[in-house]
Amino acid sequence: MVVALYLIFLVVPTERDQGIVQRIFYVHVPSAWTAFLGFFVVCGASLLYLWRGSPVFDRIARASAEVGMVFCTLVLLTGPLWARPIWGAWWTWDPRLTMTIILWTIYASYLLLRAFGGGEEQISRYAAVLGIVGAIDIPLIVVSVRLWRGMHPAVMMSRDPQGGLRDPSMRITLLAAAVAFLLVYTWLLLVRLRTLRVADGVAELARERDLAAS
Amino acid sequence: MSGVWQIVRKDLRIELRSPAGLAAIFVLGLLVLLIFQFAVPEKPTPESAAAALWISFVFAGTLGAQRTFLLERDNFCLDGLKTAPIDPAGIFLAKMLGTLITLTILQVVVVPLTAVFFGIVPARPLGLALVCLLGNLGFAALATLFASISVGTRAREIILPLLIFPVLVPLLIAAVKASSVLLGGAGEAGIWVRVLVAFDVVFTVAGWLLFEHVLRE
Repeated sequence: MVVALYLIFLVVPTERDQGIVQRIFYVHVPSAWTAFLGFFVVCGASLLYLWRGSPVFDRIARASAEVGMVFCTLVLLTGPLWARPIWGAWWTWDPRLTMTIILWTIYASYLLLRAFGGGEEQISRYAAVLGIVGAIDIPLIVVSVRLWRGMHPAVMMSRDPQGGLRDPSMRITLLAAAVAFLLVYTWLLLVRLRTLRVADGVAELARERDLAAS
Repeated sequence: MSGVWQIVRKDLRIELRSPAGLAAIFVLGLLVLLIFQFAVPEKPTPESAAAALWISFVFAGTLGAQRTFLLERDNFCLDGLKTAPIDPAGIFLAKMLGTLITLTILQVVVVPLTAVFFGIVPARPLGLALVCLLGNLGFAALATLFASISVGTRAREIILPLLIFPVLVPLLIAAVKASSVLLGGAGEAGIWVRVLVAFDVVFTVAGWLLFEHVLRE
């Protein structure tokens, strides 16, 4: 399935004034959507975990943060590659870019918190709190970053991602890419969920064995 | 409510009896101001003064916020606090107030020092004081919640700034912008004050609601 969709955006899209580089759009934008979806799932699962206390939600939050992070990194990598030839700079402090990198650091700290660890159930609750706080922060980040850049107009005028999708094949390709990324996200999420469930099971068995030994 | 005040008074008394911890916070704040002076050799402007002010506050404040829970960690004090007849939200409020008071004292020292070092007379001192207080409030709310998390992890010294800084970005942008205007820079401060108030409200409520999940065994 994924292979077929990859073929679509290697074959179909017609180039326009940006040339071949514009194709990166079909990776960049769906990754961004997927990353935001991933972080949204983290928040939802964290809320459910604190409310219900079921480890399933904890595993979903964790897996989604990891996979969301992969896509967010992809956005931050493909962005500069696209921006360099088109805008003439690897990076600008445009609101969207700024927001994406702040989100990246929030979820990096989320994963680091889990990596450093502590008491198992404790860390799950801590991470859930951070997952919620991080999501609450997003509207504030959006507002403040917009205002921050609003103070310095004429930073960049050259973005027109919506303006150029006249050819229907482009829209189809974008849609196909979005679906493909969604599927990759779901697949990775399920793989991670399975791994985490097995890991939790192993830990549980080890605890039982220690209990039996003592 | 009386329980909240008792925790605040207890914490402040501990701080005042062994003032080395407080002193460390002040010295760190001062050092960051100095380093900023050396690192940014340009002519002092309200913008750079505001930047130095808040960078210094955030670093020293992170240290200060960490202390309130490090104190509780030894001798099972945190367990004692949990068994006290105060609900978790009350403990959060007390810890937040304690941090707020400590950091206000810090600001009373650091803000005038910044003005002196940068040779700037604040254009609107009262407005600046208000912005400092609002920034302090939001920081105290967020830092208290995260400090309670960080003491429960294995790498608590490393993890606290990692947790605080990214989420703090909106507050930091708003506080720096507003302060630079009130110190005499160009622009409009009102909109930034509104962002600060929003941040304060959101994270005080979030901490109030979420703290019980951090404390729960």
